Amino acid sequence: MDAVLKKELEVLATKVRMGVIEATYNAKSGHPGGSLSIADTLTYLYFRRMNVDPKNPKKADRDRLVLSKGHTSPALYSVLANRGYFPVDELKTFRHIDSRLQGHPEMKKIPGVDMTTGSLGQGISAACGMALSGKLSNEAYKVYAILGDGELQEGQVWEAAMFAAHMQLDNLVAVVDNNNLQIDGKITEVCSPYPIDEKFEAFGWHVININAHNFDEIENAFFEAEKVAGKPVAIIQKSIKGKGISFMEDKAAWHGTAPNEEQYNQAMAELQAHLEELDK
Amino acid sequence: MSITKATRDSYGEALVKLADSGKDLIVLDADLAAATKTGIFKKAYPDKHIDCGIAEANMMGIAAGIATTGKLVFASSFAMFAAGRAFEIVRNSIGYPHLNVKIGATHAGISVGEDGATHQCNEDIALMRTIPGMTIINPADDVEAKAAVFAAAEHIGPVYMRFGRLAVPVFNDESTYKFQLGKGIELKNGSDITIIATGLMVNEAIEAEKVLSSKGISARVINIHTIKPIDRDIIIKAAKETGKIVTCEEHSVIGGLGSAVCDVVCEEYPVPVYKIGVNDTFGKSGPAKDLLKEFGLSSENIVNTVLKVLGK
Repeated sequence: MDAVLKKELEVLATKVRMGVIEATYNAKSGHPGGSLSIADTLTYLYFRRMNVDPKNPKKADRDRLVLSKGHTSPALYSVLANRGYFPVDELKTFRHIDSRLQGHPEMKKIPGVDMTTGSLGQGISAACGMALSGKLSNEAYKVYAILGDGELQEGQVWEAAMFAAHMQLDNLVAVVDNNNLQIDGKITEVCSPYPIDEKFEAFGWHVININAHNFDEIENAFFEAEKVAGKPVAIIQKSIKGKGISFMEDKAAWHGTAPNEEQYNQAMAELQAHLEELDK
Repeated sequence: MSITKATRDSYGEALVKLADSGKDLIVLDADLAAATKTGIFKKAYPDKHIDCGIAEANMMGIAAGIATTGKLVFASSFAMFAAGRAFEIVRNSIGYPHLNVKIGATHAGISVGEDGATHQCNEDIALMRTIPGMTIINPADDVEAKAAVFAAAEHIGPVYMRFGRLAVPVFNDESTYKFQLGKGIELKNGSDITIIATGLMVNEAIEAEKVLSSKGISARVINIHTIKPIDRDIIIKAAKETGKIVTCEEHSVIGGLGSAVCDVVCEEYPVPVYKIGVNDTFGKSGPAKDLLKEFGLSSENIVNTVLKVLGK
């Protein structure tokens, strides 16, 4: 990836992270940790990879994205807002009583949201259904599903994994956000899903391991996924929960806690400083 | 002897007719195509039938995903697994986004027979009723079941259709029968009491009325095929005009038709409602017909209940 583009994506991802902080701070609730760990990948997908049109969010041939780890809606909403689906300022209404920005993604209310999710393990099945539908009518669209690593503890994920490989859904890419933390602590201490890559391989998927915070690796992974035929693709991204905010990084406590005013100011200052650094 | 047929067969045949009529549909099953009778559809339209394997939760999610792309999709399994095992997926992935998924649930109730309690779902209507926007249809015979499948296909939104394994009498006349979603059918006018029945209990209610009539009792008989949204008007009218109601269903007395009728009359015109159904107990193995008798799901029990209620 050339340096100019990379810098552009880094600027966008930083703005997306600002939206995550803005949304959760104003909501006084929400899930910043896992939102920040997927911010780079979502930014890349919506700004560089996916065939979407914010002016026509329901166009039939669009690529779809299912946020199976639906609690990280602040990241999705922030990317959609920054991409032009709705005003960035609306992020401040997240989780408010009259807002369309529901706590978890709601496809009927929010432009750009392709599937209602929130209950873990379900989004990947819906993504399989979308991919299957595309195959049945020979459509070219791609389906992306974003899963948490803790989410892999849900048995339904493996029902879907078996099905996708059996049906040879090579129009489906699942990204596993491997930040190693869930609400109760480290995934290795709660109920380890490791080895994640070998599990997906054993289920018949093409597996790619990457660093979630490196746009070269992200782009290469999706280029590689594009070339795979006859198999669904799992991109296992090693990520840092809370990535981009010094005091949130790699801390399970930031799974479902919103920043207070002091923390909000510090987080925004850090992101602002990062933007200025990128501008040099 | 009248013709008998299981409504699961009607389901499979209606899916073929629906596709024959030009509807573009996809039918999902979870390794039960031979039993749910979607196998009939698979034979006619193999490319439109997808077996998801023994994974009902995933199947419901797949159905939801297909529905988001604008295709008409039917998801089929036994009632126990469609409404029971996959409940939360039906609620969150289908019900909440109000997706156009049709759930074909066969083997409902204790007439499953020999397989016993694990497979005899007496709770599905109760579960599905709690999902906002879910339409629930429990047809009484072959004619009604086929009409229900066509009506469900025309309706936009999630529909739960309940079918049986046991062959039951075909009492509706196909040439005159009209299915209207959400409308009950008064099969017999009467003034002393109203028997409101659904599913295979409708035929039992018809038989019971004949016996009651011979004893000089005028019983109204109503068939409620659409349990949600329920036909409030026909129930209120019956409460006002007959003063007493007996409900009959092959389902738990908790949360099913009887409860739905009570919800209406309690608010609108309180009258005593006596519920015939499975009395908060699990089923058991045995021939379906013997089980129906033992659990009181028979015309005899309807007659006896009515006589008791009327003090005769």
